[in-house]
Amino acid sequence: MLQISCPWCGPRDELEFRCGGQSHIIRPDPPEAIDDVSWGKYLSEKINPRGEHLERWQHNAGCRRWFNVARDTVTHRIRATYHMTEAAPAFSADGVAP
Amino acid sequence: MRYSAWNVFKEGLKEQRGWKPAWRSPDPQQSYDVIVIGGGGHGLATAYYLAKSFGITRVAVLEKGWIGGGNSGRNTTAIRSNYYYRASARMYEHSLKLYEGLSKELNYNVMFSQRGMISLAHSLHDLELVNRQMNAMRLNGVDAETLSPAEIGRRVPILDISPAARFPVLGGLIQKRAGTARHDAVVWGYARAADALGVDIIQNCEVTGFQRGPDGAVTGVETSRGRIASRKIGVAVAGHSSRLAEMAGFRLPITSYALQAFVSEPLKPVLDTVILSPATGVYMSQSDKGGLVIGGGLDLYPSYAQRGNMPVMSNVLGAVAAQYPSLGRVRLLRHWAGIVDVVPDSSPIIGASPVPGLFLDCAWGTGGFKAIPVGGTMLAHQLATLNPHPLAKPFSLDRFTTGALIDEAAGSGIAH
Repeated sequence: MLQISCPWCGPRDELEFRCGGQSHIIRPDPPEAIDDVSWGKYLSEKINPRGEHLERWQHNAGCRRWFNVARDTVTHRIRATYHMTEAAPAFSADGVAP
Repeated sequence: MRYSAWNVFKEGLKEQRGWKPAWRSPDPQQSYDVIVIGGGGHGLATAYYLAKSFGITRVAVLEKGWIGGGNSGRNTTAIRSNYYYRASARMYEHSLKLYEGLSKELNYNVMFSQRGMISLAHSLHDLELVNRQMNAMRLNGVDAETLSPAEIGRRVPILDISPAARFPVLGGLIQKRAGTARHDAVVWGYARAADALGVDIIQNCEVTGFQRGPDGAVTGVETSRGRIASRKIGVAVAGHSSRLAEMAGFRLPITSYALQAFVSEPLKPVLDTVILSPATGVYMSQSDKGGLVIGGGLDLYPSYAQRGNMPVMSNVLGAVAAQYPSLGRVRLLRHWAGIVDVVPDSSPIIGASPVPGLFLDCAWGTGGFKAIPVGGTMLAHQLATLNPHPLAKPFSLDRFTTGALIDEAAGSGIAH
């Protein structure tokens, strides 16, 4: 069972959360000027890394708010959780969030 | 040596000492006409059909571990073609028909057992979907029948069909030609048949990069056993397709998830079909050794860890205990997870990639095992002719640009 630290509610079991996939996706702008290929890539392409993945999660059985998680897709170790509009925290020397 | 009752008898007189390894273990040559990356069912089937249907025998299958050690050895062995859309139905039905003749074709008993697959309906809405699904399947030329609760009770006596059941049974859909096969035998059968036609199966050979010409087209691969040249490369690596695409410099609409499966201790025969409950996502069959083979939904966050998480495990096993009360105290023998490549419309990607000379057979999600014969047929056709197989045309990568998605996530009545 993963323990995920909601930035508002603190650590809770993974049962209370839902993963919303890759985060920091920027919608191309303006939409009417975007060709089909770029739009298709925006809608469907994924980084899908083997290793650290920056992803959106929702605390859907708690405060229902969205936030970001930096999680390893092999070990499932969570390095950091941070607010929706923040950039991912940099690695510190020991590999954990400052 | 051909496998036959006569040869088993003859070898029996010689203490079974005359059998040879079913395939060679050659060192890689410097170049091949075609390289297939991934020694699972799809990769080996591709090599087999390249040699058999197109006469292309200078083919290497590169496998980073041992053949059949990835998802081919981690699935729940169900084979069915109960899909909704015409493009899917045609493709999966083609696969099912190839499975029906596969043991004979490969001279290898893949133990395909057409024990049928039942999808349950637990509500009036489910019942409407069952009828809709049956009509869609019949219109596509696939066998389908609906079942009453009493008929399901007779066929699956361990299922709780009482009105007070946690998941009451209002009816169901059966595809009688669906069933299970021995997953290792499918892999080994294709490997043996491909090897006999001259294909090199190279194990413990991990691809670490692609070589490209000045025009951008692939000219070979870099591997843990050196460089191997080829101008036609097929990728059939299931959950790790994104990693190969990253090496080649493009991205796919794929997210990798872990899908768990479970096998119980051996029991006396209690279940002679494959049974699926869409309400819980749990499906189950009984292997010839007596173990109950159980599968459920995905672990719903991206994962490359070939092990499952606890919440999904407790959901799946809780549903088994609720729907089959007599199994509540059965113990598990094994539990594992495979990494599956899921796309937004839950349909495979077959054919050209953005890199010239590099072709894809991926995104089968949770259902790649049933598609091994057709996946191999389609990728072999693409590699040999450089044109998509007629069945594969709707499943090209550019459907994510054109929007012509084939959304089977709900249509096939399976949990994704």
